[in-house]
Amino acid sequence: MAIAQETVILHGHIIDSLILAKVLDTILMMGGTFDLEEVVIGKTRHEPSRAKILVQASSTDLLAEILRAVQPHGASIERELDCRWEAAPADGVFPDEFYATSHLPTQVRLQGRWIDVERIEMDLGIVVNADKTAARAVPMGDVRRGESVVTGRTGIRVIPLQRPQERDVFSFMESQVSAERPHGHIVADVARRTDLLREGHRNGKPDSKVLLAGGPAIIHAGGRDALAWLIDSGFVHVLFCGNALAAHDMEADLYGTSLGYGLSAGRAVPHGHEHHLRTINRIRAIGSIQAAVESGVIKEGIMAACVKRGVQVVMAGTIRDDGPLPGVITDSVAAQAAMRAAIPGVGLALLVASTLHAVATGNLLPARIPTVCVDVNPAVPTKLADRGSFQAVGLVMDAASFLRDVARELGWKG
Amino acid sequence: MSRLLVCPPDYFRIDYEINPWMRRSNVVAPEEAVRQWHRLMEVLEKEVGVVLERMKPVPGLPDLVFTANAGVVAGRKAVPSRFRYPERQREEAHFEGWFREHGYEIVTLDEGLYFEGAGDLLGFPDGWFGGYRQRSDIRAFPILSELFGKEILPVELIDSRFYHLDTCFCPLSGGELLYYPAAFDRYGRAAIAERIPADRRLAVPEREALKFACNAVCAGKHVVLPAGCPDTMLLLESRGYRPHPVPLDEFMKSGGSAKCLTLALD
Repeated sequence: MAIAQETVILHGHIIDSLILAKVLDTILMMGGTFDLEEVVIGKTRHEPSRAKILVQASSTDLLAEILRAVQPHGASIERELDCRWEAAPADGVFPDEFYATSHLPTQVRLQGRWIDVERIEMDLGIVVNADKTAARAVPMGDVRRGESVVTGRTGIRVIPLQRPQERDVFSFMESQVSAERPHGHIVADVARRTDLLREGHRNGKPDSKVLLAGGPAIIHAGGRDALAWLIDSGFVHVLFCGNALAAHDMEADLYGTSLGYGLSAGRAVPHGHEHHLRTINRIRAIGSIQAAVESGVIKEGIMAACVKRGVQVVMAGTIRDDGPLPGVITDSVAAQAAMRAAIPGVGLALLVASTLHAVATGNLLPARIPTVCVDVNPAVPTKLADRGSFQAVGLVMDAASFLRDVARELGWKG
Repeated sequence: MSRLLVCPPDYFRIDYEINPWMRRSNVVAPEEAVRQWHRLMEVLEKEVGVVLERMKPVPGLPDLVFTANAGVVAGRKAVPSRFRYPERQREEAHFEGWFREHGYEIVTLDEGLYFEGAGDLLGFPDGWFGGYRQRSDIRAFPILSELFGKEILPVELIDSRFYHLDTCFCPLSGGELLYYPAAFDRYGRAAIAERIPADRRLAVPEREALKFACNAVCAGKHVVLPAGCPDTMLLLESRGYRPHPVPLDEFMKSGGSAKCLTLALD
């Protein structure tokens, strides 16, 4: 984070004297922001109160100025200690007291300096490098015996998210999920962001990739053309899906059906239930989706667009999968690692019509990445919103309508 | 009966300048200062009826006369002051010595934690106010609050002419407050208003505040204040108090008046 911050403590009769109010006003008036991390109010008039205030400013100079201004009112800098760590007792095992991460930006104090934890993600541990100059979030399974794993809670601080500069749906950090909410402005904001990110991606700007994690309902509901157009137009840069989305997308290309239903007529086609199996079998025979597209067997659709546009695709398998298609990662830990590796550089995540992939992707995303979760089932966006992703917007909406509306906002004529 | 600690002005003069009132060029007339001080003592003893404890003046410590800054006393506990300016830090040992000799339990604050005694800590039986920023450090108050079991609401002093709380804030025995509102910021004024209802707040006009009308000693219905504050006297009389004006302008050359020259011992 490009901001400077420090925690100060205010102690005494700070409420009725309005000293707390004065300190907070001073911080704001000087152009800083604050987060009241803890306020303990005395139960009687005689009992003192205590407030722990995280002061943030856009520069270290401004922060120093603010701290100088609030210090005479009793706001003293909290005594700080380095974080503690212990060696991992075995491969894949954290020490007992390991610190479990949140998905918020996190810093650890090493040799007196606050260091950003790299690759932050929720529910991981923090490993400190050998010379104690860097720290990174590490999944439990990836830790190696003897690595220094941060333990306890001292010397660790979690940085609250800053409101994004863009004035759109994400800047309000609203996570209520409701089918009754109008969708138009959210779709328009998502489209605007997507457009900006494509521009950024073309100009090599960091964190400008758009990630889409989707389920097969996109095909069944009729969102295939819109998504294929979005990919083909360079609006999507990473695709997370399972066996089914890819299989039904290519089934539609080869047979004009999705799970046996004619996509245009909407009726079950004789022997249609075999189509996706025949599709998978065909691709397995060819060897890969890429080869199937390049050889002209698969001509159009989502997977074809991905191959043509060089979109990074991670397909994670499940125990109910047929086949699966070549390229589907059936080891779920390996799949998780492949998804994790594709996260850096993502600036917007669209989680569309897939409980499994939406939740899995949500778990991997740092909180700062704006996320839209679209599902007809309110339970899915609610589940993501409950994780406290401030910038996760939930939309109770049909996947195809969402993709079509976004694509139309961006110029799709379908 | 109230007991007050005082110190005769044998060595009172202006040797240094540590507040906007002090000018070394504004020489004290020693005989007049002694005369004014004795008159104050006479009023306190004979008209107000308080008991005076006199401590021994020390050569080279001109401000020892301002005993309000000796420390703060409650019950048998005394917390001697930690002065902000080195010029007055030399008084600390003498005040502490007096408390010790008179059987007080001494509690000392950490060095560097400035606290200038009853000059910055005043209040009512159920809650005190602490003046900070000019002399005392706000961080002293939570420690004193715990020590004495009293609420202490810190109020910032924003005008360097009113550098101690007792120069602009005088609680009266009936629960009224004589004060000069402009010496406080809006937070301080709001905190005061929260504790003392409007009909009990007696605001002193600026003209008299600058004569240290608030630097008054209240004992029962008697209020001893510097002479030349007719509006303040009327205010006090309207609430049933009996004002006793005493000329103290020699001490005003040093930025002190009636209250600064006394320390309430009980």
